[in-house]
Amino acid sequence: MLPAIFYEIIKNFLYYNNLTLMIIDEVFKLIFGQDFIQMTDNFVEISDLYFTRNDHWIFRDISLCIPRGKIVAIMGPSGSGKTTLLRLISAQLYPRRGQVLVNGTDIHSLNQTDLYKIRNSMGMLFQSGALFTNIDVFENVAFPLRERTKLPEDIIRSVVLMQLEAVGLRGARDLMPSELSGGMARRVALARALVLNPQLMMYDEPFTGQDPITMGVLVKLIRSLNDNLGLTSIIVSHDVAETMSIADYVYVIADTRIIGEGTPEQVLNDKSPMVAQFIHGLADGPVAFHYPANKYQEDLQL
Amino acid sequence: MILWIENLGRIGLSFCQSVGVSGLFLSRTVFRKPRLIRLFPLVIEQIYAVGVLSMVIIVLSGLFIGMVLALQGYNILERFGAVEQLGQLVALSVVRELGPVIGGLLFAGRAGSSLTAEIGLMQVTEQLTSMEMMAVDPLWRVISPRFWAGVISMPVLIAIFCMVAMFGSYLVGVEWLGVDAGQFWSNMQASVNFRIDVVNGLIKGLVFGIVVTWIAVYQGYYAVPTAAGIGRATTKTVVYGSLAILGLDFILTSVMLGGW
Amino acid sequence: MLNKRFIEILVGMFMLAGIIALFVLAFKVSGLNMYSSKGSYHVSAIFDNIGDLKVRAPVTIAGVRVGEVSDIGINATTFKATVGFRVDKNQDKLPADTTAKILTAGIIGANYIELIPGYDEVNLKDGDVIIDTQPAIILENLISQMIYKIGGDKKESN
Repeated sequence: MLPAIFYEIIKNFLYYNNLTLMIIDEVFKLIFGQDFIQMTDNFVEISDLYFTRNDHWIFRDISLCIPRGKIVAIMGPSGSGKTTLLRLISAQLYPRRGQVLVNGTDIHSLNQTDLYKIRNSMGMLFQSGALFTNIDVFENVAFPLRERTKLPEDIIRSVVLMQLEAVGLRGARDLMPSELSGGMARRVALARALVLNPQLMMYDEPFTGQDPITMGVLVKLIRSLNDNLGLTSIIVSHDVAETMSIADYVYVIADTRIIGEGTPEQVLNDKSPMVAQFIHGLADGPVAFHYPANKYQEDLQL
Repeated sequence: MILWIENLGRIGLSFCQSVGVSGLFLSRTVFRKPRLIRLFPLVIEQIYAVGVLSMVIIVLSGLFIGMVLALQGYNILERFGAVEQLGQLVALSVVRELGPVIGGLLFAGRAGSSLTAEIGLMQVTEQLTSMEMMAVDPLWRVISPRFWAGVISMPVLIAIFCMVAMFGSYLVGVEWLGVDAGQFWSNMQASVNFRIDVVNGLIKGLVFGIVVTWIAVYQGYYAVPTAAGIGRATTKTVVYGSLAILGLDFILTSVMLGGW
Repeated sequence: MLNKRFIEILVGMFMLAGIIALFVLAFKVSGLNMYSSKGSYHVSAIFDNIGDLKVRAPVTIAGVRVGEVSDIGINATTFKATVGFRVDKNQDKLPADTTAKILTAGIIGANYIELIPGYDEVNLKDGDVIIDTQPAIILENLISQMIYKIGGDKKESN
């Protein structure tokens, strides 16, 4: 009992980033011969989530779980609020009702300091890459290290070069973000998101607008990162083939709720009309191609 | 009529709302945990962007305004045979009014608009969001250094503007038009009071610096994330900044002349 | 992207330029000079009327500036003006019966104080009060006196 309390105190007292935590865990394991990390099975748990924007329902009663160490894909047509879901998980947005547990903490009840501590264990790959345009590639990747840690310059240098090597862009370290192609920018952004060793990676549309080679590289990267670093990954995407090829579990969102879930095989063979329409890309089906409107004849004043 | 009143009410409410939001924004920017050692290099970097790069326009316009004032003043004073009062005329008008106001307007146009565009573009390209995801507060990392840089740069720029304008009027008045240099300076020194004229002018500059930078970073941070939105935010910075300078100038001048 | 060091140097030069500009404005434009309490002593004088005299107006002896007015107040019981001024430390041989006069530079110029040294053996020292003074000449009073006189002359001649 006492060592457990001691462990909690030390953990909260020391600077909360993943590397130090891992060291603390190892040290405690050595001293007491016992694992103190309380592992919840699900890294992220969302329950009864309601969210509105401009008086439109985005989500109504959504519940889902992201198991630790797995790649979970959230799929759905454009505008179904997939990116919004990521923003809710990272507490950039606040829900109407319901809660989001990240690693056992209700992320929306935290103050800024605690929220930032939790965000240290999250990484997010933005659709546009979102690199800082006024500094070069090296400084972009070094940015989280410089801001959040007090590491000396030579360690920062080797960590950054290591990350850039992992995404195959060590040679591009002196380029400015404006000189990078879209795929390269996304890989740099991936290196930057990974530099603080997050436990949870969120990918926002990682495959959109990539050429087939980059797409293949990214798919492999995401899979190998997940397995080698023990990450939990959430992929938001509407590219069915690529996502299905790496995901362990798939949720399909449309029309403010979850319309289907399961392993990729289960989802591919799902017989419900909405899921089938989305997965197989059919024009006709329950998911409407038209935005809600009054009758066409009335609008044309016939 | 009812509609008109309703519209008026809506405008009033939205005005109050934006004042409140921007006030909160300012207080969240200014009242941060002081991490001066980290903030200092960032502020230096921004003083370069905001202050040093505005030097050229400030020096050039100061020079020309001083020269024009000397020319105009000479022509009018000549009718009364009082050209030796030229130094006094130029010094008082530059130090009290023209320096802070024109310096402020130039600052809003040069530095304010670029601040808004830069922050707005960072917002559009999700740089601020990604910063927040890296657990770095963009208010602290991006907004606060820019705000302080603007507040620091503005009085410095205005002091430089006044000095250059005096030099310009000296060039025209003394070197070209032949006013006696001794009379030029001694009349100026007899009438200009350091506390009442120079310090008050710099206080005006400081206030304008705070307001213009505040408007600029607020408009950039809350810009509508589209190309047109950034364009509109930049325009708003220049328009609101200029109007705020002119309005505040009237208020400050009346307070200062009222025995302050 | 410019070198960080270069930026720092430029910013330093910028701030330096600002400080130089402030000094120029202070000493060249507004003619600020320090009559600090260290290099000077404080004397006050009581006047019936000080006219347009202002704080920081010059104090002269025989037309040479030796100090400046530091404060102006009014005595609540006698309703006379009390003007305090600082005199340069070098001028410490002023006799105690020195008189003070408020004069005007030119016809419409600013007021200043002229000290006229007396013959006393004792010297003025810090905190002394000059009572023998001559008030400012107010142009309006002068004109009205003149008009009254002219009117009186006319009456007499009638």
